[in-house]
Amino acid sequence: MTEYIIRRVLQALLVLIVMTMLVFFGVNVIGNPVYIFASSECDQACLDAIITDLGLDQPIWRQYLTFVGNLVQGDMGRSFTHGVPALHLIFERLPATLELAFSALVLALAFGLPMGIYAGLRPYGWGAKLIMSFSMIAFSLPVFWIGIIMILTFSVQLGWMPSVGRGDTVDLGFVEVSFLTLDGLHHLAMPAFTLSLIMMAMVIRLARAGMREVMFTDYIKFARASGVPERRVLGAHALKNILIPIVTVLGMEFGGVIAFAVVVESIFSWPGVGKMLIDAIAVLDRPLIVAYLICVVFMFVTLNLLVDVLYSLLDPRIRLGGGKA
Amino acid sequence: MRLWMTGAICAALVTAVPATAQEVLTIGVRSEASSLDPHWTQLSADVQVHEHIFEKLVGLDSASQPIPGLAVSWEPIDDTTWEFKLREGVTWHDGEPFTAEDVIFTFDRLKAGISGAPASPAFQLDKGGKEWVAIDDLTVHITTDGPYPTVAEDLAMLPIIAQHAAEGAEESVDFNNGEATIGTGPFMYGTFNPGDSITLVKNPDWWGGEVEWDEVVFRPVTQDASRLAALLNGDVDIIDYPPTVDLPQLEENPDFTVTTIPSDRLIYLMPGYKHVEPFITDANGEAMMPNPLRDWRVRRALSLAINREAIRDRIMGGASLPAKNIVPPGFFGYVEDLEADPYDPEEAQALLEEAGYGDGFNITLHGPNDRYINDARILEAVAQMWSRVGITTQVDAMPRNIFFSRLIRGDELSMPGFDVPEFSMSLTGWGTVAGEATYTVSGTLETYNAATGGGNGNFGRYSNPEIDARSVLAKRTIDPDDRLALLQEAIRIGMDDYAYIPLHFQVNSWAMRAGIEHEPRTNERTLATEISRVE
Repeated sequence: MTEYIIRRVLQALLVLIVMTMLVFFGVNVIGNPVYIFASSECDQACLDAIITDLGLDQPIWRQYLTFVGNLVQGDMGRSFTHGVPALHLIFERLPATLELAFSALVLALAFGLPMGIYAGLRPYGWGAKLIMSFSMIAFSLPVFWIGIIMILTFSVQLGWMPSVGRGDTVDLGFVEVSFLTLDGLHHLAMPAFTLSLIMMAMVIRLARAGMREVMFTDYIKFARASGVPERRVLGAHALKNILIPIVTVLGMEFGGVIAFAVVVESIFSWPGVGKMLIDAIAVLDRPLIVAYLICVVFMFVTLNLLVDVLYSLLDPRIRLGGGKA
Repeated sequence: MRLWMTGAICAALVTAVPATAQEVLTIGVRSEASSLDPHWTQLSADVQVHEHIFEKLVGLDSASQPIPGLAVSWEPIDDTTWEFKLREGVTWHDGEPFTAEDVIFTFDRLKAGISGAPASPAFQLDKGGKEWVAIDDLTVHITTDGPYPTVAEDLAMLPIIAQHAAEGAEESVDFNNGEATIGTGPFMYGTFNPGDSITLVKNPDWWGGEVEWDEVVFRPVTQDASRLAALLNGDVDIIDYPPTVDLPQLEENPDFTVTTIPSDRLIYLMPGYKHVEPFITDANGEAMMPNPLRDWRVRRALSLAINREAIRDRIMGGASLPAKNIVPPGFFGYVEDLEADPYDPEEAQALLEEAGYGDGFNITLHGPNDRYINDARILEAVAQMWSRVGITTQVDAMPRNIFFSRLIRGDELSMPGFDVPEFSMSLTGWGTVAGEATYTVSGTLETYNAATGGGNGNFGRYSNPEIDARSVLAKRTIDPDDRLALLQEAIRIGMDDYAYIPLHFQVNSWAMRAGIEHEPRTNERTLATEISRVE
C-alpha cells in the first residue's frame, strides 16, 4: 500500500511537470495580454515599457525557467488583473467552489441513493418510473437552462430564494463557509441543487442497475435464507456491493462537477474560482490561468489517488499494487 | 377616498420603518472591480468603484467634461506651466488633512511605475513630459515639455491617494484589505469579498455635502439574464448593461425605469490601406493591386451600403446612435453638421461602378465577438449588407484575446517595436474617455508614428498630411477656440475622406426599480452619488 502510494505520488509529480510546460507554452501562443490590458491611448513606447516590465520581451524558454524557479519557491506570480499573488486569489475563492461542489455531492447521494435503490427494488412500480423519468430529465436538460428557470421560478415569480451571491458566511479560522448560517443555506440551496442534478441522475441509474443485479446474486439469496433481517441484507450486503461503481464514477465526476461549477457559478453569481478562470482567460491573465490549471491538475491527481484508496477500503479483494494479496 | 387614505397610511407606516434604518443601495454590475488599488488598473469596472473612494484633482461631469475635483481651479500661467489650486479644508477618511504633498506623492508613485500592472494609468503622466512641484500646501505646478493643452483632462484619470496611508503599502494587496484605501471621496472602504460584493460606507465629512446612501454594495452578476433576474426579484436596486433584447419590456414595465445616454465609445470599421491587402481578393481569388479600399469612392460606397437604423432597431434594441462623428454630442470636438450616412445601396453600387469595381470583390471582415455590445451580430449584418451591393463579405469573428493581438501585430512582417496590423477590414471601438477629441483625432486619424505616439490606434495605417498637420498642431495649442477649430477641421477632412467608416456610438443603459432616480453618464460608470431616491 505504502509503496503504491509513493509510486502514485511520483507519477503525479511527473504529470505536474509536464502540465506546467503544456500550460505555460499553450497560454503563451494565444495572444499578447498587453494589447488587451493597455489603454488605447498607450503608445508604442508605453507598450514596450509594459512588455519589458512583465518580462514578456524575454525568450519564451527563459520566461519558463523563471516561472519554474519561482514555482519551486511557492510563487506563481501576480495576477495581471488583480495585482494579488495568483495562488492567494485561488485559495480565496476555492473554498466557495468546493463548498458548492461538496454540497452538490451530498445532495446527489442523499437523494439519489435512496431513489435509485427504491427504483431497483421495485423496478416496475409507478414510483420507479417517476424516478427514472426524473433522472432522464436531470441528465438531458442543460444546466444553464435549469439554473435560469429556477431563478425565474423561485426568485422572480415566487420570491422565495435569493438569486445572487453567497450570503452570510462563518469564519472557521482557516476557511469561510456559508452552510452554517441560515442565510448562507438559503443562498446555497438553488446553486447546489442545480449543480447536483447530473450527479444525482447518475447515482440513481447506477444504484438501480446495481441493485437489480445484486438482488439476484447467491450471497443475497443465502443471506435471506439464513434469516438475516431484510434491512441488514440491503444495508450491509447489497449496499456495499453497489457502492463500488458509484464511488468510481463520482470520483471522476467530481472533478467534472468543479469544472461544471463554472456555469452554475456564473448563473448564480457564486463567488467561486471557475468564474474567475473564465474572466482570466478572456483577458489573458497568464499567471492566474497557469496557477489555476496547475492547481486543478494537482486536485485531479489527488482525487484519483483518493478513489483508489477508497476502493481498497470498500473491497478487500482490490488491494492494488500490494503484491501480497 | 377612504381607500386612498388607508393606502396612504399603510404606505406611511411601511416607509416609516426604513426611514430610521440604514439606506442601502445595491448595484448589480456586469464586471467586478478586480483591485481597489486605483493605480493598478483603469478598467471601467474598477474605476467606478475607485471613484467612490478616491478623487482626482479634476472631476468629470456626466458628459465627461472637466469640473473641479480636489483642485478648485487650474489655468496655464505660461506656455508650459499649469497652476492647480487645491481645495481647502479637505480631509482624508481618517481625518488627516489633504495637502499638495499627497498630490506629489501620488504622482511620484505613478511615475516610479506600478510593477506588474499592465493596465495602470501611469502613462498619463508621460504624455507631454509632465513634471510636478508643490508651491505651497494648496498649489501645485505642472510643467510640460512644450505647450500642452490637455493637462486637466489627463489628471482627471489619476486618483489621488494619501501619503500617510499608502507610503510603503504593497500594491493592490494593501488596498484590497482596506489598510491603504484611505481616500477623500463620498464613500469609505467597508468590505471587499472578491467575487461576491464590495461594500462602501458613507463618508459623513465629505466636502461635497450630504451623501444620500449610508451604504453602497456592488454585486458582480456577470450573466445578463441573472443580472436582470436579480433586479426583477429585488436583490439589487439598479443594474448596468441590462440585456438589449429586454430593454423594450423593461421600459413598458411601471415597476422599473431605464436610463440611457450615448456613450463615448464609437464603433467603426477600419479599412486596411496597404497596397496589397491579404483579405481582399477579386472574383478569381487573386490578390488585388491596387487595393480597392485605397479608393475614396469604394469606402464611401461601403458606408452607404450599411443600414445603420436597421442595426440600431433590430440588433441593438434601440441602444445605439448612428454616427459620422468621432466623439458624441456634448464633447469638445463634436461637429454639429456631420450626420450619419443614409442607407443608399443604389448610390453605393453606382460608386463602385464608377470606381471600376462594378463586379465587386471579396473581403473578409474581422472583429471581436466578446468585446463590444452585440459585436458579432453587427459583423454578420454588415457582411450581408455589403454582399447585397456586390462585395462578397466573409465574417471572421474571434474572442478579444486573439483579436487584439492580431489586429495590432498580426502581420508576418511584424517585429518587436514595429507593429504591422493584419486585418484588411475590422470592427473596433474607440472610447474618448477624456471628454475631448484631441487624442481621438491623434489616435485614430493621424499617421502612425511609433516615436511620437501619433496614430497608435490607426491600425488601418491611414495617412493624410492635411490631418497630420492639424492634429499635431492641436496637441500643442492651448487656446480652446483655436484647438476646437483645428480638431473639427481634422475630423471633417477625415470623415469626408472615409478614413474609417463609423457605425454608431453605443448607448449606455441602466435599469432600476421604481423609486430611484439616476443621472446616466457617457463614460459607462455607475456612481452612487448620481443615484437618488424619489420622495
